Amino acid sequence: MEHQQNVLLSEMTFQHHTEDAEFKRRVRKTTILLSVITVIELGIGLTIYTIHKGAHPNAYLVLAFKGMVCILTLAKAYYIVSVFMHLGDEIRNMIMTIVVPLMLFIWFIAAFIIDGNSYKNLRNEFDPHFKESTMPKKHGEEHTPAPEPGKQ
Amino acid sequence: MATTATTHQTKWWSGGKSPFNVEYGKLMMWYFLMSDAFTFGAFLISYGSIRFSQNFWPDPNVVFNAFPGLGHKPLPLAFVSIMTFILIISSVTMVLAVHAGHNGNRKAVMKWIAWTIVGGLAFLSCQAWEWHHLITGEHAVLADGKIEIIGQTMTGNPWGQLADHNAMLTALNNSSNDVLATLVHESPLKPEFHDMTHKQLLGIPKDQLLGMINTAEMHVRSKGPIAFGGYFFGITGFHGFHVFSGVIINLVMLIMTYKGVFDRKGHYLMIEKAGLYWHFVDLVWVFVFLCFYLI
Repeated sequence: MEHQQNVLLSEMTFQHHTEDAEFKRRVRKTTILLSVITVIELGIGLTIYTIHKGAHPNAYLVLAFKGMVCILTLAKAYYIVSVFMHLGDEIRNMIMTIVVPLMLFIWFIAAFIIDGNSYKNLRNEFDPHFKESTMPKKHGEEHTPAPEPGKQ
Repeated sequence: MATTATTHQTKWWSGGKSPFNVEYGKLMMWYFLMSDAFTFGAFLISYGSIRFSQNFWPDPNVVFNAFPGLGHKPLPLAFVSIMTFILIISSVTMVLAVHAGHNGNRKAVMKWIAWTIVGGLAFLSCQAWEWHHLITGEHAVLADGKIEIIGQTMTGNPWGQLADHNAMLTALNNSSNDVLATLVHESPLKPEFHDMTHKQLLGIPKDQLLGMINTAEMHVRSKGPIAFGGYFFGITGFHGFHVFSGVIINLVMLIMTYKGVFDRKGHYLMIEKAGLYWHFVDLVWVFVFLCFYLI
């Protein structure tokens, strides 16, 4: 079959030919890696859950864990794109035509998150009703002792 | 073309060959996926923007904590982790299908594509269950001084902040008999009334109904941000639609492989393109999973 393809597309050399053994090793490694990262993410998710359940949740600790999950997700995305989608095997120029436009996301995410945050700050400053009705009560002020989950 | 002799590097732009060494359709699939990434990115970033503009946002571990057949037991992340693993595994079977295509192994291509379709259908079924559970779930919320029973929909969000206990007691007094009957019926705290039908309960006077509710251990939430429903159903729905179309594409690939179309063409590049689409669906899920369930 292999030679048939080369004859058909003589002026091009599309195939990223990988040996069966090498391919199997790579796929197995990537699958294990993705699974392990997902399990770690789930572990962090449950950690955040237990922190929230505790009497005095540490907001910065939660934020740090959430940041870790984001980084792990980016690692997963890298492995999916580079190994499963074989982008890593393409020619550099071609990779760049995909990756460089995606850099726009850096501005995109930062700008809109900062914008949302600034809107919240403005409303808290100038809209007392918004602040009054939506600001979470500090722990201890709440009448009910432990937050439920799952009672309802 | 004498240049190639003097240098080790291939001159990709000297003509006569594809400068990216990629088939046209595959290159265009990449560019389509890039644009699709921006569509999904825009949705998720808009969600992030709204979320950052709120003082309170529902805790995903409270919203997504159900598991089929296990009732009210809180199991955060359990069901969605199964969905995630289904997609990862179906991505692996797709890689195997593409590789089998490289080797021109028709039987193996069909086998792995079929497994990928099974994975896609399993994922869609899970999502259908999850949506159904969220929409039809009955949650008591405190709104406008009364208790209401609502599900997670586009117009209502039952996952607000825990309401003050005294406010809840006042609200119970103001609530309709219908709501109280539902509360008695659904309450896991007083199982002795479970045999009574909703209709029977409606026949009971209000003050008696109130006495049948275990108010001491009852917690209600206020309504949460409405945007939550729109973003959750919109984005997971858009992703689910991608999974669905991916399943259809894979089905077409399966039929074409079965009919020997790719054997006659002499290459299985079409499987590669379907594979790219499928991996992209998995890739998007990684981010949806992050944004809605983990953080």
